Amino acid sequence: MKQAIALFRKDLSSEIRTRYAINSLLMFIIVTISVILYAIGQEKISDYLTGGLLWVIVFFTAMSGLSRTFVSEEERGTVMALQLSATPETVLSGKFMFNLVLMFSMNIIILVLYSLLFEAFVLKNLSLFLAAYLLGNIGIASASTVIAAIISKAGSKGTLYPVLAFPILLPLMLTLIETTKMSMDGTPFDESLVELAVLGSYNVVMIAASYLLFDIIWKD
Amino acid sequence: MNNYSLSVSGLTKVFGRRLIFRGIDLEITGPGIYGISGINGSGKSTFVKIIAGLLTPSKGAVEHKLNGKKAEDEELPGIIGLASPYLMLYDEFTAEENIDFFSKVRGGKFSSERMRNLFDYFGLTERKDDLLKTYSSGMKQRVKFIFALQHQPSLLILDEPVSNLDIAGKNQIYDMVRDYACEHVVIVASNEESDLALCSRVIYLGDYKNNGNGEGR
Repeated sequence: MKQAIALFRKDLSSEIRTRYAINSLLMFIIVTISVILYAIGQEKISDYLTGGLLWVIVFFTAMSGLSRTFVSEEERGTVMALQLSATPETVLSGKFMFNLVLMFSMNIIILVLYSLLFEAFVLKNLSLFLAAYLLGNIGIASASTVIAAIISKAGSKGTLYPVLAFPILLPLMLTLIETTKMSMDGTPFDESLVELAVLGSYNVVMIAASYLLFDIIWKD
Repeated sequence: MNNYSLSVSGLTKVFGRRLIFRGIDLEITGPGIYGISGINGSGKSTFVKIIAGLLTPSKGAVEHKLNGKKAEDEELPGIIGLASPYLMLYDEFTAEENIDFFSKVRGGKFSSERMRNLFDYFGLTERKDDLLKTYSSGMKQRVKFIFALQHQPSLLILDEPVSNLDIAGKNQIYDMVRDYACEHVVIVASNEESDLALCSRVIYLGDYKNNGNGEGR
């Protein structure tokens, strides 16, 4: 665990020095929200649609930023030094921690901006939404991390990432959209346990599969 | 000092339909300097990468043993040190931060005294707090030696060790290699006559394109 934390701290420090992901992600969030606002104009859109659009922004933000942890190592050629020094479990854990922090930071910004700019986005059961948001972020970060490791070895990294991530993240996104809708309706927490259990199970399966597969992905 | 031994049996590597080498057998049971040679493209770097666990062979096996017991994959970072021109460290960090990070991520015991001694030995103490991107290629090569030696690996692999180095730098590396090989195994992959002159045994990879045995030419 100490080794994984060392890798996480290195990635965080590297990100602060190089701004490899943060700047482009912030710009992406601002541009996407602006485009949606311009597209809507004076039209009145349904409440549920705002809930769905939130997850569209979250999905594409993850797609544009979370691959960089592995892609930057591959592009700069530092991956070999890492392979020589760290076990695959250390690398996956460290990169997962970094992606989790990046995902949470970006999604807090998205949520704040979204709540301020979209009047129709009103959550009647905030605790349900926050529980789903927490589980959803973990799910997106875990799936995105292992997909990033796969695509970092490929030639067309940029286009391959969302293509590969979409089918894997689809069940998660559909459940998150459904849970957001329930939060907007004010559905009580205990009536939403099935959806939350699906999100929790998705995370367990994805994290377990990542650790099982990563050894093969990381070598060669 | 660990009782380290390396066993390579029937090692074959094929990229697509191109045979790199076939049927390499090698037993190293004690300290010393062992050479890997061959023309450009003969697979020297591929061979050392397989030994270091960075590539998987198409056929054959590599076994690292410590005190007679097979080392598991997760133990390899502590056993192997590799320095080569194609190894890249983090440009946005200082040399000291790089070594410190790799030591932490590797785990095990970290000796700041050893790190200081290595920076002294390679003449980088005054520049250790400078970002790596400000270093010359020769200086970066020296940092890679510190990276490879910091954890006192049982197997030190040097691929083209003196590339980018001046005459004084080359002699310094040769002294270091001779000294280190008194207690550890050192594998040198190179075409330089002066590098191979250090080795007690040399394998010529060109002889492994078919079924030949190129050892000890």
